[in-house]
Formats: sequence, structure tokens, C-alpha cells
Amino acid sequence: MNHNLLLILISGALINNVVLSQFLGICSFLGVSKQMKASASLGGAVIFVMTIASAVASLLYTHVLAPMGLDFMKTIVFILVIAALVQIVEMFLKKSAPAVYQALGIFLPLITTNCAVLGVALTNVQNGYNFVESVLAGFGTALGFTLAIVLLAGIRSRIHEDDLPAPLRGAPIVLIAAALMSIAFMGFSGLSF
Amino acid sequence: MNKYLERLYNGLVKENPTLVLMLGMCPTLAVSTRASNGIGMGLSTLAVLVLSNLVISLLRKVIPDQVRLPAYIVIVASLVTVTELLIEAYLPSVYEALGIYIPLIVVNCIILGRAEAYANKNKPLLSVFDGIGMGLGFTVALTLAGAVREILGSGTFFGLRVLPETVEPIGIFIQPPGAFLVIAFFVIILNAIGIKTRQRELVESECDGCCAACASKCEKKKEVVEV
Repeated sequence: MNHNLLLILISGALINNVVLSQFLGICSFLGVSKQMKASASLGGAVIFVMTIASAVASLLYTHVLAPMGLDFMKTIVFILVIAALVQIVEMFLKKSAPAVYQALGIFLPLITTNCAVLGVALTNVQNGYNFVESVLAGFGTALGFTLAIVLLAGIRSRIHEDDLPAPLRGAPIVLIAAALMSIAFMGFSGLSF
Repeated sequence: MNKYLERLYNGLVKENPTLVLMLGMCPTLAVSTRASNGIGMGLSTLAVLVLSNLVISLLRKVIPDQVRLPAYIVIVASLVTVTELLIEAYLPSVYEALGIYIPLIVVNCIILGRAEAYANKNKPLLSVFDGIGMGLGFTVALTLAGAVREILGSGTFFGLRVLPETVEPIGIFIQPPGAFLVIAFFVIILNAIGIKTRQRELVESECDGCCAACASKCEKKKEVVEV
């Protein structure tokens, strides 16, 4: 049992890295990775929201949607839950932890459209995870997202745009960096046991 | 040019959502392992986009401005659920191949982006054409990426063998890194032949063209730049 939980965590963070092998959350991965500090803050916000969202989505699915036969409503319900959750988390942090809010504040609204959050909630249901497994999967996936975006920010801070041929500047070089990272992360697939 | 045709041209070439605006990258990268996947994903998104543009354009004077984003999300999510159920019922092989990326059309930035940037201030018919143009642009880009990856990575095109058996396919192209590489090279080629990408403008205006919330901000900033 414990072995299985550890596997879910590692698989979410490294083996099936959400950005580099599942391609979820690419927009913010490419968009917010310009500065190390901003990407670390976004990573923190994603860990926070994704863990809570996985927990709430799992509870809602097993106790409300599945017993009532409303399985097909899960996409609508999950996206609304995530949007509402982000709002609540934002208000809660503003009141009770202003320091954290200062650090994460502007990134919270962005997370609603981050497909990784909805993706994890849906995959958890698809894999038939129970509550604990869903929370761990959410947490692991978010860790993987944070790892990838912070690493990419580190790489981007060392790219000097002026040295590049003009057509490569901007998006292409970031995509190529992501491709190389993705090759590196493929090495983790040896970990699946 | 006729303003309806102009919308189609705009979506297909001038503001191609994938290659020029860099929107909707998640499905582009994820499902482009085969050309047929590209068509399936592209057309599903096109259907949702056309309907959501139509509905949002019809309701543009009804939905209060403050709650427009939640309202759009509900509209789009309902349309996506309908599409998903239809695909599951009538095209099970497509459903199997696209998997979780069908429900994820809800959070595809193209759809909310178009709702916010176009459909909520234009007439229904024009919005429908905008949806068709953008959807076709997305489909073409996805299918092209799928074709390149399929030919290089497994030596086939729409499932038919095109490279002789003796040529070893380059496996990495159907693996995740291949997706990043192929899209990167598409953008490089477009940059090199001078189709000006708006990506740089977006980056310069500190908004990454991703979420609906900043799509409108981008439009405003762009107007300022153009003036």
C-alpha cells in the first residue's frame, strides 16, 4: 500500500511529468518562465491549488456525482469547482496570510485556465484513485510542474537573445530548451517499477 | 475583401492560433503524434469554437460584464460535454486516441480567448466565421505537425507506410521531445520567411496571450501599439 502511494507521488512528479511528457499547463510553462522568482511563486500557487482541487474533486466525484449517476457532468462541475476554489483561496490568503498573498497573488487567477489542474482531477477519476491517492497524485503532479518551470526559468536566464539567429529568438528557443529538458526527463521512465 | 472571407483568412494565416498566437499549445503538443489525431482534435475544437462563438455572440448583450468569464466557462463546458458524448458514441476510435484531451478543450485558451477578444463584441454570423477560421487554422497546424511527426517518427502518413521498411524511423519524434522540436521548427520557418509573429509583441507587452483574462488586455495594448 505504502509502496503504491510512493509510486503515485514519484510518477506524478518525475516519470509522467505533467509538462514535459503530458503537455498540460504548457501556456504558463512557456509564459511565466522568464524569471526564476516569478516561476517559483507560480509553482507554489499551483502546488497549493492543485492539491486542494484534487481533494475537493475526488470528494465531490465519489460522494455526489457518482452516486447520483451524474458522471457525464464531471467536466462542468470540476471546472467550476476549480474556478471557485481559486477565488476562495485568493480571498482566504488575502485576509489571513498577506505575505503569502503578496508572493502568489497575481498568479492565482491564472491557474483557473491552467489545464493541468483540470487534467489531474479528470485523470484521478479515470484511474479510479481514492481520496488519499488523488491528493497525492495532485501534490506530486504540482511538484513536477514546479520543478519543470523553475528549471526552464534557470535555463532561460542563461540564454542571451542577441547571440541567436533572428528566427530563433523568442518562442522557438524556449521550445527547443523544453525539448532538451523533455529528453532528459525521459530518463526517469527507467524508474517505473 | 469580403469581411467573412477576411475572418477565415485571418484565422488560417494572419492570426493562426497555434503558430502565430501560440495559443492552445497543450493539445497541439500532446495529440500531434499522428496526422489523423490532428484532424480529430482540430475538428472537435472547431465544432466547440463555432458553437461557443455563436452562443456567446448571441448572448453578448445579456451577460453582465462582471460575471462574463464564469458564464463563458459554463457555456463552453456544456458544449464540450455534448461534443465529448457525441464523439464517444459515434467515433469511439477517435475518443480512444484523444482521451483526456477532449474534456480539456474547455481550458483551451483559443476558445476563451476568441470569446473575449472577438465574439463578445461582434455580430453572430461574423463570430461564426471567426470560429471557423480559427478552428481551421488550428486544424491545419495540428495536422501538419501530426504529419511531420508521423512520417519521421513511424514512417507512415495517415496510417499508410510512406518510408520504405529499410529506413529506420526516428523514434524520438513520436515521443514527447519531438513535439516541442517540431513546433519549434515550424515557428522558426515562419519567422524566417517573414510571417511576422505576434508572439514577440505579446511578450513585450508582458502578457503571454494565454488566458482569457489577458487576451482582452492584449487586444487593448495592441490597439495602442498600432495607433
